[in-house]
Amino acid sequence: MVDTVVFIVAAAICLTGALGVILARNPVHSALMLVMTLFGIAVQFVAQEAHFLAAVQVIVYAGAIVVLFLFVIMLLGVDRAQNLELSVLPVQKWAALVFAGGSFAVLALLIIVVKEPVTGAEAMGGSATGDENVRLLARSLFSDYVYAFELTSLLLVIAVIGAVVLARKPKNASDVVTEEGSEA
Amino acid sequence: MEITTGWYLVLGALLFVIGGTGLLIRRNPLVMLMCVELMLNGVNLSFVAFARQLDDIGGQTVVFFVLVVAAAEVVVGLGLVVAILRRQPGTTADDLSVLKG
Repeated sequence: MVDTVVFIVAAAICLTGALGVILARNPVHSALMLVMTLFGIAVQFVAQEAHFLAAVQVIVYAGAIVVLFLFVIMLLGVDRAQNLELSVLPVQKWAALVFAGGSFAVLALLIIVVKEPVTGAEAMGGSATGDENVRLLARSLFSDYVYAFELTSLLLVIAVIGAVVLARKPKNASDVVTEEGSEA
Repeated sequence: MEITTGWYLVLGALLFVIGGTGLLIRRNPLVMLMCVELMLNGVNLSFVAFARQLDDIGGQTVVFFVLVVAAAEVVVGLGLVVAILRRQPGTTADDLSVLKG
């Protein structure tokens, strides 16, 4: 009974936040709605006994990624309303509706039809539930997936270097055109 | 009413579809990146649901990697957005069609 209530409340939070992200005119409101969705997802993770991922979800997503979004919004000053009607491609909205309806229909159909979505493969990593969640996750991460884990560190270094290179001011400022006509 | 794996999968599918729809209807590159985050979170929810159903920690490990890749993606994506908007303030995704050459 408690599970049901938690699921329904958290799902309502998730979906409200998700709709808020795509419908809010102001990017700042979108970012705040994204935080709401991420918290809802974290609650769902706790409900499924993925305690470590719930903590990481809040710390990394809500704490770091959304703050990064807000930083860029404030830095660029794009926190003004955007008219949703002003799309260059008028067919885009209908394409979006067709995509939304079609893909959700396919996914829902698969979920309903495939009663037993198990491939028959044996569970490799052991039980995901219980109090040992963090220990099991660490054992899986540092034994079976240790090479992938090391590669993610490489990926993060590349991402950081890429961000620094991209965000650096160009050396010759003559090709930079801003609204004021001065260099950025 | 028992909450089975299917409920979590439907919620994940809904989040994925909402994110994809937002990616198509919004033109602000920042909001489009947020919509990508929504899609990733929908998939993460499915992974965790299957990890519990199959009693396999591997699903949660994959979610961990998705988090790392999402963080890297956001960093590079925001770097690109900053570089583009610094040159042309007020650029939307439609304006970037000039990049097609």
